[in-house]
Amino acid sequence: MASQRIFQLGLQRAAAPSFATLRPAGRMVQRRFAATQKVTDTEAHAILAKQRIQRPVSPHLAIYKPQITWIPSMFNRITGVMLSGGLYLFGFAYLAAPTFGWHLETPSLVAAVASWPVAVKLLAKATVAFPFFMHSINGLRHLAWDVGIGFTNKTVMQTGWAMIGLTVATSLYYTLLV
Amino acid sequence: MAATRTLARLATRRIAARPASVFTRSFASVSDTHARDPLSKAAEKIDPKVITKPIPESQTSTIKEPEPGKDAKIKTFHIYRWNPDEPSSKPKMQTYTLDLNKTGPMMLDALIRIKNEVDPTLTFRRSCREGICGSCAMNIDGVNTLACLCRIPTETTKESRIYPLPHMYVVKDLVPDMTNFYKQYRSVKPYLQRETASPDGREFRQSKEDRRKLDGLYECILCACCSTSCPSYWWNQEEYLGPAVLLQSYRWIADSRDEKKPERLDALNNSMSLYRCHTILNCSRTCPKGLNPALAIAEIKKSMAFT
Repeated sequence: MASQRIFQLGLQRAAAPSFATLRPAGRMVQRRFAATQKVTDTEAHAILAKQRIQRPVSPHLAIYKPQITWIPSMFNRITGVMLSGGLYLFGFAYLAAPTFGWHLETPSLVAAVASWPVAVKLLAKATVAFPFFMHSINGLRHLAWDVGIGFTNKTVMQTGWAMIGLTVATSLYYTLLV
Repeated sequence: MAATRTLARLATRRIAARPASVFTRSFASVSDTHARDPLSKAAEKIDPKVITKPIPESQTSTIKEPEPGKDAKIKTFHIYRWNPDEPSSKPKMQTYTLDLNKTGPMMLDALIRIKNEVDPTLTFRRSCREGICGSCAMNIDGVNTLACLCRIPTETTKESRIYPLPHMYVVKDLVPDMTNFYKQYRSVKPYLQRETASPDGREFRQSKEDRRKLDGLYECILCACCSTSCPSYWWNQEEYLGPAVLLQSYRWIADSRDEKKPERLDALNNSMSLYRCHTILNCSRTCPKGLNPALAIAEIKKSMAFT
């Protein structure tokens, strides 16, 4: 590329020699036509530092394509928090129940739930069943990954959709039929 | 004429006494000595709250194909723009339309055509145009990939969106700041560490089986597509090394010639460097070279657990 350019420039000069703008040969190749400005190293660093402060962060979560990899992973997290958080909440409430006079023993809870309308019952069962089965079945995938199995893109996709199918099936079964 | 000029140039270059500063490289990574500060110090300088949503394309102008041909196949591209010379203005999505009949098949061809013929201010990195340099890594239609390996979808009804690599500081338009990424790469000491000499004084050799362990690792070109696709890396960029750097780290851990395997594992044995990997697997899904960083990370975790 450089040699080509030297050659072309040489040809141009040979064709129309302009002695008024004679330049030393060494400078010819490095000419730049863009307007530039000389800055010292410290000034350059100051400019860079100033620019760095104002740099925006490129968009991420909102623009990344929803894929079978990270969307279930996100829900795995959320369901984990829901399940363990729910367990802790209920556990502490159960411990505190005698002090505050709450009735959280099994018979009174059974009686309370039995008096609910069917729609509320189904909704309550679904809110527990979906997170529970999603987290449990996805947990099996995570156990496999921890021993280094199932990392190819194809397997990840297959097990991911299988996990979703199984979750929906088992959760619906427990919501509607049990 | 040309030959004499070239010879003269070579001669003057040999003889001429010139100030050293003319020939020192002045890229940010070299003259910017603060780039070598520890991570925490560098992080303090940057305000993490500067998260800016780009102005959507509906509120910006459209720059049209300059000369559409007959039976033009007009495709719309929305491209992320931000100019550091106007720091107060927000990033925006600029719309360009191109006639696909006059454009090459790849996304990089479209970008180059826009830069050459439509809007010379569009800024992006590119070099080899064949997927071996890793310069043109960007987020195209929601997935990180190399623009030079990504075909332009030919159905013209779908509009393409091009963003810089996600959750990186933007230098300009599609150019992200990779300083932190390279610093992390340096931190895993990506070179052969060996004390003992080769027994017969020749090169360090390895068996075919040992060599085969490096397949799928040494091909990584450090384009950062995988690291910037990882939500864990988005939220913990300062401390978590990210899939690309961990794959590189495993490339040296798995090398039979390297003698610092325990030290290498030790350096990763903390809650952040390695264990922020939650096997989300976006990395393997997005790798434009078809490698599997998630598997490499799993192998590191296994060798930590079973030694």
